[in-house]
Order: sequence, then structure tokens, then C-alpha cells
Amino acid sequence: MTVTAVSILLVLAGCSTDDPTAGTSGSPAASTGAGTGKQSKFFVQADYDKQLTLLDTTPTGPAGKPWEQALDPATVDTAKYKKPGPYKICFSNAGLNNPWRQVGFTTMQAEVDTHRDRISEFVHIDAEGKDQKQIADINDLLGKGCHALIVSPNTTATLTPAVEAACRKGLPVVVFDRGVDTTCPVTFINPIGGYGFGHVAAEFVTQQTKPGGKVLALRILPGVDVLETRWSAAKIAFDKAGVDVVGVEFTDGDPARTKKIVNDYIQRYGTIDGVWMDAGAVAAAAVEAFVDAGKPVPPINGEDQLDFLKLWKDKKLTAIAPTYPTYQWRTPVIAALKILDGQPVPNPWKLPQPVITQDNLDEYVDPTMPPLHYAMCGCTDLPDYPKRWK
Amino acid sequence: MRTARALHRLDLRSGSLAPIVAILVVLLILLTARQPDFLSPPSLMAFLGRSAPIVLLAAGQYFVIVSGELDLSVGSLVTAQVVVAARLIDGDPSAGWPVALLLFAFGVAVGLVNGLVTTRLGVPSFITTLGMFLILVGAVYLWSDGAPKGSLSEEFRRIGRSGIENVPVLERVPYALLVLLAVAALALLLTRSDFGRTLTAVGGNPRTAELSGVRVGRAKTLAFVLSALAATLAAILIGGYSGVSFQAGAGLEFGAITAAVLGGVALGGGRGSVVGAMLGALTLETLFTLMNFYGVSGALEPTVQGAIILLAVAAASFRLPSG
Repeated sequence: MTVTAVSILLVLAGCSTDDPTAGTSGSPAASTGAGTGKQSKFFVQADYDKQLTLLDTTPTGPAGKPWEQALDPATVDTAKYKKPGPYKICFSNAGLNNPWRQVGFTTMQAEVDTHRDRISEFVHIDAEGKDQKQIADINDLLGKGCHALIVSPNTTATLTPAVEAACRKGLPVVVFDRGVDTTCPVTFINPIGGYGFGHVAAEFVTQQTKPGGKVLALRILPGVDVLETRWSAAKIAFDKAGVDVVGVEFTDGDPARTKKIVNDYIQRYGTIDGVWMDAGAVAAAAVEAFVDAGKPVPPINGEDQLDFLKLWKDKKLTAIAPTYPTYQWRTPVIAALKILDGQPVPNPWKLPQPVITQDNLDEYVDPTMPPLHYAMCGCTDLPDYPKRWK
Repeated sequence: MRTARALHRLDLRSGSLAPIVAILVVLLILLTARQPDFLSPPSLMAFLGRSAPIVLLAAGQYFVIVSGELDLSVGSLVTAQVVVAARLIDGDPSAGWPVALLLFAFGVAVGLVNGLVTTRLGVPSFITTLGMFLILVGAVYLWSDGAPKGSLSEEFRRIGRSGIENVPVLERVPYALLVLLAVAALALLLTRSDFGRTLTAVGGNPRTAELSGVRVGRAKTLAFVLSALAATLAAILIGGYSGVSFQAGAGLEFGAITAAVLGGVALGGGRGSVVGAMLGALTLETLFTLMNFYGVSGALEPTVQGAIILLAVAAASFRLPSG
């Protein structure tokens, strides 16, 4: 219901730009943007500033292994967790409910396999995208003799008490991907984050779209911090450049819905000059909508999912792919072992978040891998590549 | 009493297409006023191609509704078929036909189960097909770990996505439209056949039908199979149109029911025509296109569908006693 209400509001807001007085002509740099609606409740200026700085920061750590690198790291002492191995490592997973998580989890299992001499048991529990199940899962794991607990939380606020309970047990806890509202885990691992993603994509679309052009923003759903921050950074970039955002629509991450929405906008406006997306899973569907309507594909962003990268190459699109790399699934395993060795680890552990551009596209397009694979998996050196990921 | 009912039914049936045609014409006029291009042959062809799946589903739903039942499982069947097809085809161009045959077999099986559970075990079809809906959603989730795997080959997708190119005036005739026309012709023949009349009689008054020697259970079961077959065809077209998705069929059952009701098919059975149901689907799609042109969010579509169902049922019950 909320989704419906919010999207109606946003679309109504978007439609106000139909008004010729909305100021899309003239000097776009001076005018303010239109159609982007209110700033998200999730927006935190300091985090936004920090992430934009991190985009230009040189990482420390082994070259060519971004999953072991860290940006601007401050390390924490872990001597008190030192234990002799081999270890039982437990993982409470938010879900495997999209291809990004599938690729990530496959990568994580392969990483575990490279440490089989030190990890005697790896317990994985899938919360199937349900908060209540994950709270129960974590609670169950506390009695299972785990040496370390890795958590990828389903949602931030709801999972916080469960993670805190695990910390209180004296268990070293490693949180990655989405965060929790507590500093009790030993470390929190993720790439730069949503602001970085949204900003890079919006800057590209803005620069590649002619002044006064109509931009369509496609979001998955509201209320998820990673996605909200992607959109709020894009909103800032669009407002600053005075971009005419004709619509902000929720796609539910569904290709059929996406294709229909894009098709509707093409019909309504005759042409759309730029497409921004908060996630690339349905980018291929958006591109197809233009192709099937016989229109040129405008500047667009996706992410590192192979179906989009292949389309980009084949159709010579004007595109960019900011990423939220799946190689981050390797890092929690590495971190857990370091902690159990008593070695210091960075906290927060910020991983680099590379961008795929026209210049390095060829490095990432691999026609032999399945279309739903994510190129930035950092998995090519892991056991059983590529079979395991197919 | 029975004569009166029969007369009443006849009366309604003869006039049942007029209201839906009138609504469609009004919507088309409004649409053309806003976007004169819409009625240009190429744009109309694209519209008809894109609407084909929901029109097919409405035709399938007609058979079930007219026999006095409901099929809530078609949306989840579409999703299941698309996800299964993607995983089995996995990008292999040569797998298209064998997998399509398998999908039809699966569709028939689902239709049979729906029909037999409803007629033999006496479970109301609302519950049977709701159960099937949940079973299919859960099974697909379990089988695929919650995310679609594999991919549909370009060859498999062609039927839903492309068409005959360079046709004079029309430019492109979508394959989906050809499939739709073929199915429409078949459906029309079916409704004119003994089976079609039997089905209407079963829906109109199952007791009378049974007493006059009609095998009610078999007729209803066949109706469910037809609906599942229509869903399978729709799945092939939808998968072709937009590729693999976990929500390919989400909400389609309501779209199909709304379309049928809008087209004058009485919920509860016994009245309406398959052409009406299909025109209802086209009208619904036209309405959504109109909403889009006037800048109304697509998120309102379920609300509109709900309102149509309520209004149509209310209007029918209002009309019946006085008729």
C-alpha cells in the first residue's frame, strides 16, 4: 500500500514537469532540477560527503585483490578473540532471493573451500528474506558452538537486537553488505555504498544527456537503505544539474514491469533522453523497451550483471555500470579467520567499488558466463571457476 | 420459471457485447484525442501484440467462469512456466521446442489437478486454485532457491518479442497477435460446439444440467485444462516479451477475471461470451494505456481492477431481479 501511495506521489510530482514553466529550457546549470521529489529520510549528509571522498581514495592492501583491500582503514584489535583452529564458522544470510546474492554466496562458499585446512565446518542458514526468520536463525546459531558469526542482515533496524545478542555472547561478529544500528560487531564490511553508486550513475546520465532532456529514474522499491541512498545521491546530482526528471518509478526489480513502464514513458513523451536506475538487474529489460519500440537507446546505467554488459557491447550503448561488487562476499570469511588469529582488521572495512566504463568494458564481458552472473565477483581465481557459477 | 430464466439468459446474451464495445469505443476516442498516433497501424499492432497474453488469459478464464468456477492459479502458473523454461533452456537455442512441449504438458497437468480436486473432492474452485497458486509459488521458490536461474534463448523469445517485418501499412505484425487470432478462432469454435453449450448450461444451473445427463465434472475439468493451456501460451509470450522473471505472472489472474467480468461474463457462471471476455481484456489494456497517457501511475491498476470487479458484480445483481 505504501509503495503504491509513494509511487503515485512521485509520479504526480514527476508530471508537474509537463508544465512548460518548469524551467527546463534556458541555462540548465543555473536552474534547479524538477521531478525528483523530496529528499529521502535515509539521507545523511556526512555519509554522503564521506562516500564521495572515498570514490577518489586509493585503497591499501594487495593490488588486484580488491576484496582484501580497504579504503581509509582504521584497524581494531582482536587479540581477545584469538583461538586455535580449526574453526566452525556460521553465517546467517538475509536471503538468496536475487541473482546478486546467488553469485555472492557461491563466491563465499568457494572462498571457504580455499581455507578447508582451517575451517572444519561452515554453517549457512538462509533467512529467505524474512526478518523474523533471521532473528530466530541467529538465536539458534548462538547455541551451536560457532567460533565466529557472519551476518548479512535482511533489514537494518529489525536485526540490530539479534546482532547485539550475538555480541553479548562474546562471539566475534562480522556484518557485511547491509548494516545494523550498533557498533558491537568486530567489523562491518561493505563497498563504498549507495551514495557512491547513485552519484556515479547520475553524473554520467546528466553529462551524456542533452540539456533539457527528459530523464526517467527507475527504482526497485522504497525503504531499503542501500537503494534509498543510491536515489538520494542521484537526486542531488539531478537537482544540481537542473535535469528534467519526468518520472521516478518503482519496478519491483521485475523485467516485465520495467519494460512496460519504460514503454509507457516512451509512448507518453515520444522519447526519453536518459535512464537512471538504482540497480542494474532489470537494465537489460529497459534497454529492450527502447529497441523494441524502434527508438535509440539513451544514455543509461546498469550494473555489472552480464546480460546488461553484453547488450552494452553488442548494441554499442552509451552506458556506465557503477557496481556493488559481489566480491565483498569473500571478505567476511577472510575477516573471520583474521579475527580468530588475533590479527587486527579494519573497521569499518570499506572495499573499493570499481566502475565499469566504455574503457574497461571488455575486461568484464565474458560471453561464456550466464546472463545473470555478476562480472565483479572477484571469483576467477577461486576453486571450480567457472563451473560453480554457471 | 425455467422458461423465464432461459429467456432472460438469451436476452442478455444477445445484447451482452454491446456495452463492452461501447466502452471500448469511448476509450479509443479518448485515447486518440490525447495521442492521435495511437490508432496508426504500427502503433496499434504493437499494442495488440503486447495485450495478447492477457487476452489469452481472459479467454481461458471465460471457460472456467462460465462453468461456474474461478481460476486463481493462472498468474502463478505463468510465473512457474517462465522460470522453469529459463532453467531448462538455459540459453540453448535448440531446447526451445522440447521445452515448450513440456510446458504444455505441465499446463495440462495443473489444469487437471485443479479440475479434479474441484469436481471430485468437492473443494470450491476458489480454494482449489488458491491452493494451487500457493503450491506453485512455493515450489518455484524452492526449486530455484528464490532467484531465477538460466535464461531464455533468443529463439524461444522470438515468438513473444518479434513479428513479421515489413508488412505494407502495418509495418510489423507481432507473432503474438497471430497466436492470439488463432486461439480466438479456436475458442469461438469451442463455445459454439456442444462442449461450449454444455459448459454454459453447467454454469447456469449445474443441477438441471446434471439431471439432463451432462457430465458436469468432466466439463468443468476440461474448462480448467483450457485455462491452464491459455496460461501456458501466455507464459511463452510473456517470457518472450520480457525475459525471465520471478514475477512474470504476478497479478495476472485478477487481470483475467476483471477482463472477463468487464466483458459481460457473469461471476457465478452461465452467462457471457468468450468474445466479450477477450474484448474486456482489450478494453482493460486500453484503459491502462489511457491512464498512462494522462499521467496516472501504473500503480493504480490493481485499484481500478478491483473497482471494476465490484461494480460489475453489483451491476449484475442489481439487474437480475428486475430482469
